[in-house]
Amino acid sequence: MIMGSKAGPAPILSIENLQVSLFTRRGVLPAVDGLSLTVSAGETLAIVGESGCGKSLTALAIMRLLPNPPAKIVGGAVRFMGRDLAALSEREMQRVRGKDISMIFQDPMTSLNPVVAVGDQLIEAIRRHTDVSRHEARDRAIELLRQVRIPDAERRFNDYPHQMSGGMSQRVMIAMAIACGPKLLIADEPTTALDVTIQAQIIELMKELQSSSDMGLIIITHDLGVVAEVADRVAVMYAGRKVEEAPVEALFERPLHRYTRGLLGATPSAQRRRGSRLVEITGNVPALSDLPQGCAFQNRCPDVLDRCRAERPQLAPLLPHRSAACFAAEKELSRDAATIGA
Amino acid sequence: MPTLFFDFARRFARNRAALVGLFLVLVVVGVAIAAPWWFPRNPLRIVGRPEIWPFMSSRYPLGTDSLGRDIAAMIAHGARTTLLIGLCASLTATIIGITVGATAAYVGGWVDELLMRLTELFQTIPNLIFVLTIVSILGQKIEYVTIAVGVVTWTPIARLTRAEFMSLRDREFVQACRAMGMGSLRIMFGEILPNALPPVIVLSSLVVAGAVLFESAVAFLGLGDPNVTSWGQLIGDGRTLIRSSWYICAVPGLAIMLTVLALNLVGDGLNDALNPKLRDR
Repeated sequence: MIMGSKAGPAPILSIENLQVSLFTRRGVLPAVDGLSLTVSAGETLAIVGESGCGKSLTALAIMRLLPNPPAKIVGGAVRFMGRDLAALSEREMQRVRGKDISMIFQDPMTSLNPVVAVGDQLIEAIRRHTDVSRHEARDRAIELLRQVRIPDAERRFNDYPHQMSGGMSQRVMIAMAIACGPKLLIADEPTTALDVTIQAQIIELMKELQSSSDMGLIIITHDLGVVAEVADRVAVMYAGRKVEEAPVEALFERPLHRYTRGLLGATPSAQRRRGSRLVEITGNVPALSDLPQGCAFQNRCPDVLDRCRAERPQLAPLLPHRSAACFAAEKELSRDAATIGA
Repeated sequence: MPTLFFDFARRFARNRAALVGLFLVLVVVGVAIAAPWWFPRNPLRIVGRPEIWPFMSSRYPLGTDSLGRDIAAMIAHGARTTLLIGLCASLTATIIGITVGATAAYVGGWVDELLMRLTELFQTIPNLIFVLTIVSILGQKIEYVTIAVGVVTWTPIARLTRAEFMSLRDREFVQACRAMGMGSLRIMFGEILPNALPPVIVLSSLVVAGAVLFESAVAFLGLGDPNVTSWGQLIGDGRTLIRSSWYICAVPGLAIMLTVLALNLVGDGLNDALNPKLRDR
């Protein structure tokens, strides 16, 4: 078991320069632009960003489940255990989905087929990729339900989705996702639709399952509380690009990109002084159809430089193990270095 | 599952008219099943004096027609034909309709465009004339009548299935199935179809009633299978005597009317039982 390995063995998933475009009536929009990511076995990568920044599209691109039209992968590679997923046929990809890579969706109440008992759905998930009899699959399904802490699993087995609560349904979804022992689990906002106490339980469960199976985990969220709880590494996305990547402690300690700083400033926490206001990020995410020249965050950035309006900052390794695409952060770090040097 | 069935039965039974309809349908089905025991001889055989009025002879309770054939035997055997054609035609229409509708909605794009234009093409052809054309081309056999009726009645089922599939296709559970590695056919027919089925079943039950009418019309016009008794054929044979012996037309006419009415009532009941949301309007 590798705990929170930052420089683990060869990554199980590596995305290189992924480009996803939306082909709309208003033209071709770069929804994911030059994204590179890696995930190793046993590692948890959190992808953070607000709605519409391309997080979910990235997840769907990995699974090759992009809604086409309008979305399409136009460049880059998604390498999973050395294989380029983009080059697989649909049939080969079906063997990867659910077996090697699984996915959990945002709303558990709508992610289960309403007319099929949950147990049967679980059996289906098991038998999809493993050659076992229905009877064996049933035993395995009940065991999985126990593993995701569903009380009275045998009785719950015959329940229909509408008879279950949101938290229960999400547990079933997780059970289905891990049914074939995937190497990588992608969780797209797994707790957003649940209430807070249930969120904590689901997060706890996912951490536990991960540590016992050594699978890689990509968790997509806009909840920094969740990130702090589970992630080893964090990638922050803004307007389709990765703007910062860092180990989780380092990110919370000292966010480099001004957008990350804004996100952390807008999140309530227990340490915060009472009565202090949460600082919001002013303005809105620019529409993909009219991204400004230079940095996409320039119009909302408190420390905007002339340079930010002229050229687009590239992702650069500013500190060990971490990178950011921000001229203001670069300037600040070089000033720090100068003061220490003097 | 038993609770689901009881739920269904309870909602169905709340509609009194549907219970009456179900009773009538069961009577017709019973007669159809019992016909070979009840009237073991060929119903098209001449048995007695022509034009005995109903209730005049105890041997021929519903009388005899212009040739002296037993009307009761013809009605009982005709029920077999009528129901068989009605059910099989509806099944044919449902299979064609679901396949076309589901494919159009799930695949989308130009496939959808093509299949829907095809559906509209079928809808623009006058139904009865289309049935008669197919029967006269293929031949006057019971199988061909069934196929012909199925071929003209699938369009509303296709459109309904398509609409249902469109709303279900983008639901998250479908995405979840794809993320599990299921193929398109498995998702279409194994996952989406069961969700889309209730309104389709209701429509199919109504198509049975429509098919009975089509079959009667075909037989009335003399294009039915001449070797098989059918209600429509009986009316057609009797129409020349309508001024004197009107009962020859009236008895099978009544049978058709009651059967079609009963099937429609059952359809309404199924609608109430399967679409509880629509009921509370």
